[in-house]
Order: sequence, then structure tokens, then C-alpha cells
Amino acid sequence: MHYIILDHETDFDGWRKAARSLVLHHVQPTDVAWTVQGREAELFAPQAPSPILAVNDGTFNVSGKFVELAKAAILHRDPERFAILYRLLWRLKDHHDLIEVAIDPDVVLVTAMARAVHRDEHKMHAFVRFREIGREREAHYVAWFEPEHHIVELAAPFFAKRFADMPWSILTPDLCAHWDGHALSFTPGVSKSEAPGEDRLEETWRRYYASIFNPARLKVKAMQAEMPKKYWRNLPEASIIKPLIEDAERMTGAMIANAATDPHKPQKRPEAPMTRKTSANDLEALREEAAHCRACHLYKDATQTVFGEGPKHANIMLVGEQPGDKEDLAGHPFVGPAGQMLDRALEEAGVDRKKVYVTNAVKHFKFVPRGKIRLHQKPNTPEIKACRQWFEREVSAIQPDLIVAMGATAAQSVFGRITPIGKTRGRLIDLPDGRKALVTVHPSYLLRLPDPEDKALEYQLFVEDLKIAGSLQKKAVRAA
Amino acid sequence: MDVQRKLEILADAAKYDASCASSGTEKRDSSDGKGMGSTAPGMGICHSYAPDGRCISLLKVLLTNACNYDCLYCVNRASSNVPRARFTVEEVVKLTLDFYRRNYIEGLFLSSGIIRSPDYTMEQVVSVARKLREEHHFRGYIHLKTIPEADDALIAEAGKYADRLSINIEMPEETSLQQFAPEKDVRAIRRTMGRLRLKLDEAEDSRKAKTKARPQRFAPAGQSTQMIVGADSASDHTILHTSSNLYGSYKLRRVYYSAFSPIPDASRALPLVQPPLLREHRLYQADWLMRFYGFDVGEIVDDSAMLPLDIDPKLAWALRHRDRFPLDINRASREELLRVPGFGTRAVERIIATRRTTTIRLADLARLHVPRNKVLPFIVLSDHRPAPHRLDAAGLIERFRPKATQLGFGF
Repeated sequence: MHYIILDHETDFDGWRKAARSLVLHHVQPTDVAWTVQGREAELFAPQAPSPILAVNDGTFNVSGKFVELAKAAILHRDPERFAILYRLLWRLKDHHDLIEVAIDPDVVLVTAMARAVHRDEHKMHAFVRFREIGREREAHYVAWFEPEHHIVELAAPFFAKRFADMPWSILTPDLCAHWDGHALSFTPGVSKSEAPGEDRLEETWRRYYASIFNPARLKVKAMQAEMPKKYWRNLPEASIIKPLIEDAERMTGAMIANAATDPHKPQKRPEAPMTRKTSANDLEALREEAAHCRACHLYKDATQTVFGEGPKHANIMLVGEQPGDKEDLAGHPFVGPAGQMLDRALEEAGVDRKKVYVTNAVKHFKFVPRGKIRLHQKPNTPEIKACRQWFEREVSAIQPDLIVAMGATAAQSVFGRITPIGKTRGRLIDLPDGRKALVTVHPSYLLRLPDPEDKALEYQLFVEDLKIAGSLQKKAVRAA
Repeated sequence: MDVQRKLEILADAAKYDASCASSGTEKRDSSDGKGMGSTAPGMGICHSYAPDGRCISLLKVLLTNACNYDCLYCVNRASSNVPRARFTVEEVVKLTLDFYRRNYIEGLFLSSGIIRSPDYTMEQVVSVARKLREEHHFRGYIHLKTIPEADDALIAEAGKYADRLSINIEMPEETSLQQFAPEKDVRAIRRTMGRLRLKLDEAEDSRKAKTKARPQRFAPAGQSTQMIVGADSASDHTILHTSSNLYGSYKLRRVYYSAFSPIPDASRALPLVQPPLLREHRLYQADWLMRFYGFDVGEIVDDSAMLPLDIDPKLAWALRHRDRFPLDINRASREELLRVPGFGTRAVERIIATRRTTTIRLADLARLHVPRNKVLPFIVLSDHRPAPHRLDAAGLIERFRPKATQLGFGF
């Protein structure tokens, strides 16, 4: 039998050193007894520990996950923890994946111990309550806490990083942690009587606690699941839990029974700050009117109407399909990836983007939500028809010479009927009102092409189409 | 009026906002010796729990409960006779620091009634955060309520100081918002959520960009919202459809559901009954199914229908799709496992890790921390196969219904 005496309750390094040596000497887990210096001597335990077997040769690997679990589990208060960890280590030596087997009894045990330790640490971070001693610059903050496991050293750095600018002490029966503004130190445990009994702010804190509680939703079990009663004796707010619960039903009943009182002063209704003034400008008035459009159901799920933008008297009007994700959020047309592609193509085609009016056939984003993204959906004919009034009114406000329809949806809107792109693209077409129309693809079509060669080719064709608009724009400039 | 009394009024005014999270933000602490505070990235810390079962993580207060708006469901509506109070900026700052120093809280959740104008109100809210961050170097968590239609520069500043921003959508449908909150405009709310998302995306891009420039900071814990449940007649389907839309459109971290609860001096126009807490709970379960379990709204609940109250929504789905069960959990895909009633995301991960090296048997269920009675009819193990007639039995649902008990509060 090997007797290992560790230096203290949280002596992970000592355990690791002994365990490594024992494994390398093929010492069965059943042949090792573990204890801690100062713990009451066990029956038949020898006066002196077994000398740590000197090991100079050989080493072995265990998964990092085990080391991580063991570092936490060793802080558990169960006196068997050293033996359990050694047993698991012993088995891991020949069976590396064992740590992943969530149903293995030893893995279950060690995982549960580690979890209990982390939960205790988390609860310590949450439930420590500092009390102020002295005031202002002289103040020192002292807390009393009773941890379930040996977690003071584990939990202390959190407080050091959080309360770096104030000296504090956390007193516990096992070990006390202190921060002087520069370094952490630890002293032996003390009794509760050493800790301060109150703080000037606790009454304010209790008032807050009582006021933030909603008596109409009493859920005592839910509270206790997260804040078990064992913590209550050191929480200043816990003294009012019972009266709050006892009074909850009466308070709720009173709120339900008491009809509302009449407002004691006439309510002035200030001008609703969220409404916007409409402008006399035709295009601006249109934009404002379109913001409230409900001609089809698309407005419901979209963020906003994305109206056209550009100079009031642009001689070229570009029409796309509908706003996309970015456009819907920003409220401006062609600001997303397709917009960037369009900008580039326009520049190459010699079209001055600033002199062009840009809009969409459908002015709300149509999509289906898929988790955290929105999948674009093609608008259908009723939606295109419902939205066509805005396109027509934009045309009559702006009076462009040329309308460029990008993609099938835009072409359907411009010509008032389904119009195939392939047969009509790349040439000027007369519209009944005397304007010219030009059909081309939608820039997002280019973005979707998977083959880079196709993409480059189609992009060139797109630029060629836009050059027709470019030469028209130049003519118009010369004419002016 | 003393600060304590103000605190009572302004906490009472804030408690109907369910949001409490202090999680999911960037890592920060005060170990540089300047100021105080830190964040707990990942999980957040609940410093206390009230007897309503809600976590107390942040000092949740209004700057003022005076409000121009007359939203029927709201305790602070203009026509209510509740006592009014207003904190000064300094008072909130001091309370936050004093509470924080004693480890009562993770930080501040500040909201406000709308006074004068959206910009004025937003500026007041932002100035508290500015003072905490700039003058006191406070590194704790800050959640600010964003006022719809507030100026872009104010929103950018709010995002610079806050960890989280939120705007409440309040009602699942535009029509009920018009009816209950005539001054609020769902379009303005959505536009502002859209602006927040663009700024969040920009900040994320600048963090990812490999330039030396310091990334711009904008609300690292993202944005959230809240919907009131039970004040209007919207169905659960409508509520979840709205949530799914908001998650997809604005990348919200959370949609909070708040069962409409009796309030002091309530409006006569509202149903003053016990809050529908079970319904709220089912909505949260359905919300989780959408976010972590791969369910679409349409799978969880039919058009204009309600979620069942007696059983949870995943179990209800499984009982409607018995043809997909029983499922051999030693072979099924992750997606399939996530749809087994009683399996949480962690149990699924444990199953997948375990079955790589060994076969899972009946006796292992307890070690996987799954509720045995609930899962057995739906799964096949190497030593368990449910009798086919059991899964098809009309009475299967009875197995899961809660037993009728006297209502009461265990304490």
C-alpha cells in the first residue's frame, strides 16, 4: 500500500507529481491511499508518507481535457476526490478517448465534481457582498462568504480584476483572500464574527430589491433553484424575501381590484415627435406617401419602403428589382453588394452615377427568414403590379429620357408585361410615351454566377449595355 | 425627494422590462488600475433573484418615469397617477458605482420615459453612460434603452459606451401597437433597429479587418427587444412569426417575452388578470427551438394557432410527427437528435461524443442527464426498442401531461 500525503486541500501539483510517478510504477489505484497534511490520521495510516518514487525516465500523455477537469475537481470537498482522479488517470493511460465517454461512471463522477466546483465559484462571484469599513479614500471593503468547496483561490482573481481600485478582503472559514490594490494574498480562515455586520447602503439595496420584484409573478421555486436557501444567511436582501412573498397575493389582488383612477390633469398631447413634415416638393411628397404604402403585404415584414434616389431631373433612370437586405436596413437603394457592382460597372461604362436616378420596381424587401439571415425572394406579378404606381409616378416626376430596366422584374414593370431579357437587351426600345428603354441584366445576377469566367464575360456584356446609357448621357450634356 | 424614494419609484417603473442579461459582451477588466469593473464574457452573472424568479443582474431603473406617451399597457403612461420622479445624471452614476462596489450588480440597465423629444431623452440616457465610462472609468456592463428616431450621432455614442442596446417592439402586430400605444410607430422602431444592425455589422467588420486601426466599438453585446404577451389578442403564431422576422432582420441577441401583468393604476382598457406565465414559458421554449434546434415557426405552430400549454412545443411537434420516430440514437444525425423530446443541446453533444467510442444503452440515459420517461417512447437503443403500438397510441400524450395538483406555492 502506498500512502500519499498532499500538502494541502488544493495541492494539485502535489497530486499530479505523485500520480505521475505512481502510474509510471504501475501502482494499481486500489493500492494507493490519499490524504492531506493535517487531516485526522486514518486508521492504520503510517506516521510517514511513502517516499515519492523517483522517476527519471518515461512519461505519458493524457488529454488536456482531463487536466482541466482534474484541476477543478480537486477543489471539491469530497475526501475521495484524489483517489477518484487517480483511478480515472490510471484508466486513461491505456484508453485515451475515455474522457469523451460521457456515460463512463468515473467520467460522470469527475465531471460532476468539476461542475459543482465551477458552480460554487460562479455563485461566489455572484453572492459575495462587500461591506464598507471607513469612508472615502480610507475605505476598505470586507465580505464574509461560506463556500461549499475549496474555491477561494480559484475565485479570488476575478475580484482582483474587477475591484482593482479598492482594497478588499473576502473572509471565509477555510481561507481569506485579500487585495491591497497591487497583489492578492491569502491568510487562514476565520469565523464570521470577524466580519463587519452591516453596510450603510444595505437598506437602499433592500428597497431596490423590493421594488424590482413583481408580486404578480410569484415564482418562489424558480428563485430558490438559482439562489438556494443556504446562501441566504449572508445576503443582506434575503431578510425581506419572506415578507415580500407573504404580501404578494394581497398586492396583486389590490392592483386587479382597484380600477384606474381618472387622470388628474388634462393630458396635453404634444405633437407626436415621430411624424415627419411633408414637403411641397413633388418627389419628396411621393417619397413620404410611399413610406406608408400598403398596396401589397410586403410592407409587413420589411423594415421600410426604399424609394428611389437621385437628381430631380435626371435624364436617366435605373430600375432594379427590389431592395435587398442592406437596402432594407439603410433605406437607400443599391447600397449592398449588387449596388457596389453597379457602381463599378457604371464607372467603366462612362455613366456619371451622381446624375442618374436609381430606383426599384418593387420598393419593399421580399424575403423569408432562415435563422439569422434573410433569403431574398423574387417578387410575384401581383406585387410588381401593386408597386407599379410608384414607378409610374417617379417617371412623371422626373421625366427621364431613358429608363434602364435591370433584370426581369424591372422589365416587367417598365413595359407593363413580362418581357424576356435575352431577346430585348442591349438596344434602345421606344416606349409609348416617347421615352427610350434599355434592358439589361440585374447586377445581382452577376454576383450569383458561380463560374469566374462566366462572371467576367457577363460583366463585360453588362458594361456594354450600360455604355449605351453612357453615350446618351454625354449627348445630353453636350446638348445642354 | 430623497434618492432612496426615487429609487423605489424608478425601479418599480422599470421592472416590467424582462431583459436582465449581462452576457455576451467583450472581455474587460480594471487590472490596469484605472477605475473599476469587469465583464464576465460568456455567461454573465446574476447577483440575486427576486421571488418572481427573475434574475437581478443589473441596476434596472428609469432616468425618469415622466412620459409624453400614453401607452395603455405601461405603468408610466402619461395618464397614469403613479408617483413621478426623476434622477439626476449624478444620482444614477453614484448609485451604480455604490452598488457595483459592494458586488450587488453587474452594471446598469438604463431606460427612460420620453420627455421633450427623442433626442433630448436619448442625450440624457447617453450622458449617464458617458459619465460612467469617461469620468469614472467604469468597466462594468451597461445596457441602454435606445429611443426610436434618435439622432444618428447619439446612437453612435450610445453604442460606444454601452454593451447592449435595446428597443422594445412592444406588440407583435402593428395594429395592436396603434391601438395600445398611439404615439409609437412600429416603422420608426424597425428603422432604428435596422440602423443599429448596420452599425453592429460595421463594428464587426472593423474588428475582423486586419488593420492596425483600433476597431470602432459598437454595443459588443448586440441588441435585444421585448414583446408583451397577453395584452392584445395576437396568437402565439403571430408572436413567433414576428420574433423570427426580428431575429433574421436585425440579428437580435434576444427577444424577451413579458407576460402582461397587472400594474398599479392600470388602464381599464386592459385585461387585468393573472399574467399568463405558462404561456410566456412556452413562448421561450419555442423561441429556443427556433434559435438552437433548427425549427421554423411553421413547424412549431400552425397559422394563427396557439402553443399547447399542457406539453412543451417540441414534444407537441414530435407527437404530430410520430412517423419520424423511434430514432436510433446511436446512428441518428445531430439535426435529428435535436428534435427528440427531452434532448437538450448539451445532451446531444454528449451523445455524439460518447457514441464515437461506445454504444449507448438504456442504463446510460441517467448519466447523460436526459429524462428517461420522456425520451423512451421516441428512441431506439441497443437494448431498447419501444413497442410500435405505444408510439402510435392515442393515449401517448397522457404520459406527458402534468398530473393535476392543487395550485400553490412551494416554500
